[in-house]
Amino acid sequence: MSEHELTCGLEIHQQLDTKKLFCDCPTSLVEEEGATFQRRLRPTTSELGEIDRAALVQAEKRMRFRYQAPPSASCLVDADEEPPHCANNEALDIVLTFAAMLKARPVDEVHFMRKIVIDGSNTTGFQRTAMIATDGLLEVNGRVISVPTFCLEEDAARKVDTKAGEITYRLDRLGIPLIEVATGPELHTPEEVKEAAQRLGSMMRATRKVKRGIGTIREDVNISIPGGSRIEIKGVQELRLLPIYVEKEVERQRSLLRIREVLKERKVSRRDAEVRDLTETFSKCPSKVIMGALKKGGKVLGVPLPGYAGVLRSPDAKLRLGAEMAQYARTKGVAGIFHSDELPNYGIEQGYVDEVRKTFELGPQDAFVLCADDVKKAEAALRAAVSRAYDALVGVPEETRDPLPDGTSAYSRPLPGAARMYPETDVPPITLEKERLDRIASNLPEMPEVRTARIASTYGVHEQQARQLVRDGWDDLFEEVASSKELAGTAARTLLSTLPELERQGVDISKLDESTLREAFTALSKGEFAKEAVPDVLSLMAKGKTVPQAIKELGISVMSTDEAANVVSRIVHEREGFVREKGTGAVGPLMGVVMGELKGKLDGKAASDLIKKEIEKLLSS
Amino acid sequence: MSYSSRVREILQKTGAVEGDTLQVRSDGHDHIGVLMPHHDFSHPDVVVLKLKSGYNVGVKVGPTSELTVVSKGSTREKTAREGISGKGKKQVAVLGTGGTIASYVDYRTGAVHPALSAGDLVATVPEIADICDVRAEVLFSIFSENMRAESWQRIAEEVADRINGGMEGCIIPHGTDTMGYTSAALSFMLEDLTRPVVLVGAQRSSDRPSSDAYTNLLSAARFIVDTDAAEVVVLMHSTSSDTSAAVHRGTKVRKMHTSRRDAFHSINEAPIATVDFEGPITFQGEHRRRSAGKTIARTAMETNVTLLQFYPGMSPTVFGSVLRNSRGAVLAGTGLGHVSSDMVEEVRKAVAGGTTVVMTSQCLYGMVDMNVYDTGRDLLTAGVISGGDMLPETAFVKLMWVLGQKDDEKSIRELMTTNLRGELTSRREQHERA
Repeated sequence: MSEHELTCGLEIHQQLDTKKLFCDCPTSLVEEEGATFQRRLRPTTSELGEIDRAALVQAEKRMRFRYQAPPSASCLVDADEEPPHCANNEALDIVLTFAAMLKARPVDEVHFMRKIVIDGSNTTGFQRTAMIATDGLLEVNGRVISVPTFCLEEDAARKVDTKAGEITYRLDRLGIPLIEVATGPELHTPEEVKEAAQRLGSMMRATRKVKRGIGTIREDVNISIPGGSRIEIKGVQELRLLPIYVEKEVERQRSLLRIREVLKERKVSRRDAEVRDLTETFSKCPSKVIMGALKKGGKVLGVPLPGYAGVLRSPDAKLRLGAEMAQYARTKGVAGIFHSDELPNYGIEQGYVDEVRKTFELGPQDAFVLCADDVKKAEAALRAAVSRAYDALVGVPEETRDPLPDGTSAYSRPLPGAARMYPETDVPPITLEKERLDRIASNLPEMPEVRTARIASTYGVHEQQARQLVRDGWDDLFEEVASSKELAGTAARTLLSTLPELERQGVDISKLDESTLREAFTALSKGEFAKEAVPDVLSLMAKGKTVPQAIKELGISVMSTDEAANVVSRIVHEREGFVREKGTGAVGPLMGVVMGELKGKLDGKAASDLIKKEIEKLLSS
Repeated sequence: MSYSSRVREILQKTGAVEGDTLQVRSDGHDHIGVLMPHHDFSHPDVVVLKLKSGYNVGVKVGPTSELTVVSKGSTREKTAREGISGKGKKQVAVLGTGGTIASYVDYRTGAVHPALSAGDLVATVPEIADICDVRAEVLFSIFSENMRAESWQRIAEEVADRINGGMEGCIIPHGTDTMGYTSAALSFMLEDLTRPVVLVGAQRSSDRPSSDAYTNLLSAARFIVDTDAAEVVVLMHSTSSDTSAAVHRGTKVRKMHTSRRDAFHSINEAPIATVDFEGPITFQGEHRRRSAGKTIARTAMETNVTLLQFYPGMSPTVFGSVLRNSRGAVLAGTGLGHVSSDMVEEVRKAVAGGTTVVMTSQCLYGMVDMNVYDTGRDLLTAGVISGGDMLPETAFVKLMWVLGQKDDEKSIRELMTTNLRGELTSRREQHERA
């Protein structure tokens, strides 16, 4: 239907800088663990007797949850031991402000809902969320994208530990208000996805009331291609990886469509998984995984997959259905599966492969999968894997996937169904009165483009730089540290060029948060080191050094003018012949010598002035 | 607040009812969604629509708004579910009375309804069939604050009937607010109890994945099937964790928190037992054992009994007449059991006029002792009966029951000061305060 090769929608979750949404707790993450308590969650039947399918998958994992309740950042509301208080009005105002900036229409009355989530990240088993406004518009590179929904919801608890059968969460993050905003499925290139995310981010930051830093904004991206399905990659924290996730997902879906063609040609059809106990066959197998499982009393189970040879992992590694199957298998608690396209390997020799093929009477186009583990787990895992294999006959199954640091993603759970929400009866509805909306409309924050123009004219930086500062979220810090025109130039260069440069050199710039950078700029403005030393100082600070430590380590404390004048005078006199010959033309060549000796201790302009002065002194003597 | 008359008229005129899909057009914009019930706190001009996305939003119906019914909703008959059974296992009666544990949410509208059958209740906990053969029915479905003496009498009669009919015990799902009163009433009414009666509640409704209803219900079933206890008890979470439940003696238990799962505490004694959700049931201290014979429900109660909490400045004029007009009165006095000297005078008059007055303490923990201070001695002289370490609520229920059984002052005084169902304890140990 679609003429586009790619269709994406974005959903952004941004933490707000207020108190928690339904209680009076502060919204900062803390180190302390506090008292712990344990809970279980259970999917509940609705009136129709339906249980949400995503909820069921979670329940099958039979997880128990442990919660850490740090007293400074959580209370009985977070522990699901006290009803929620009325929704935080400041948070609601921020969403209304953001919605007004995007010309959206606020609802007449806000009703909070319970969205069932039983992975333990909410102590209640649901997330509270409300629709605040609809039908907003966002301009991305001259194109107008629709922003259909603006929601206010509570953040989930923070996962701090996972071990066999139990996940531990900390309640500090639970209940932090989030703006949840979604674009229409109108983005058609990976770059456009990134630009839309940047644009939404700078609009949110313009409210000046959103949280900053790693983990305070999370993006979900929905991706589909013609013939494929909607896939949601959930919880991307690194904006710059967004286009890569999109590209890799397109590749993945295309490969699944090719797999479907292959299977169609081979006339493969879905059949029941024929799980067989192959423990006997493998009793002497040297594979570490198999030996380990058998030692613990586990079994080796296998299932034939007629017609699947070569699509589980093709020789060019472009078809990789086996990897998808393994991700489904892992949700049943096993470490992994073996499939025939990757065997012999992992200590399973050709003899064993032949034996299994004989047992299942397999032909050259047929494949099989194995799993060695506790018998119940292994069987559940194989059934999940085989079911995934047969889903390939239909094409791309709708899924929620987790983003991985390398730009790929892994299966997490099925896309949630529609029956996920019911009213939060403990929170009263909020009628949005005209006075409130008028007050918000007449106090809208400075829009990013206005800010860009103001920054360019006020600080004398190039408009391109100003735009980049605003887009990348550096504008606040920039305005704070750009106390003079010169510092403004340095700050812009540092934030926009030096940081990416350092990253290319392998410096971990995620350590250079706003407060670290602020510290560096403050020292710079006090003349504690010269601007030429900024990259060196920052790379040391990225390793955890303070400014004084960095200065000391680099040996670059700024020299007094007298000291510097002595050095320059010495250098000029050492090259008297040259200076007399070239006159003031010697300034340029001598700059290199002087800066070589005084790098980081003396500002470049000051050096050039000093050299000029010394040369004139020498020539006139 | 209900709908404004204008909106009500529009809804009537268009024939729109809850569940129908409506289109509301205001200022050229359309809202389409399924009509939900009007929220008590919604603006009178607002209709609540469930959008396709699942979200509910309030849409104001202004004077120029156009409201049309796009399609009629399908009516769904709610059918009561059959009680599931664990055939061949011990039979346990579940007698529903109402409350959070017995309510269910209509996920479509969010409205909380009482469960139509006790079968509904246990059908949500199919694991119970692994423990016992459940015989469930609903006696009534009321918020526990609406319970009255008649409710207690009805429950006691039904319980005696089931137990005498061969049930291993009774589970009584109950609203938590007055569960302690009911458990005390049943304790006194069910003399010679031969099987356990477990009142069980929930602090989180069963529509929530985090509900405590399931674990409490399953633990109640286990307690009946797996132990030899034959008392009226209250079973609720023992901590905030979903790890164990405490079994409290029906006369010693009190709701001590408005919302926590572990709101119920045994006062002035330790809980009878602890049920580990994944482990054993452990008894602490003494409990009454099962016996053969018939359980008799002595349900007569005097309802003209008052429970008064003394406070500084309590008006003798107002409350003097309350005392005189009551057949019995329980006072929750200060400290060791005191009221102001002008109230002492009113108490004296009331006792002289035939009112039985029992003193308890609003401290809840500890025992009343009216020998220590002048006021106490004056109260004893005035004819007040000491309630010992009874909870004010338990003393109140006990007095209703005693006055229902006896008329003469001597028997009344004797019964009130005798430990009948574990309501009076003679020893309180160091660790027994919460």
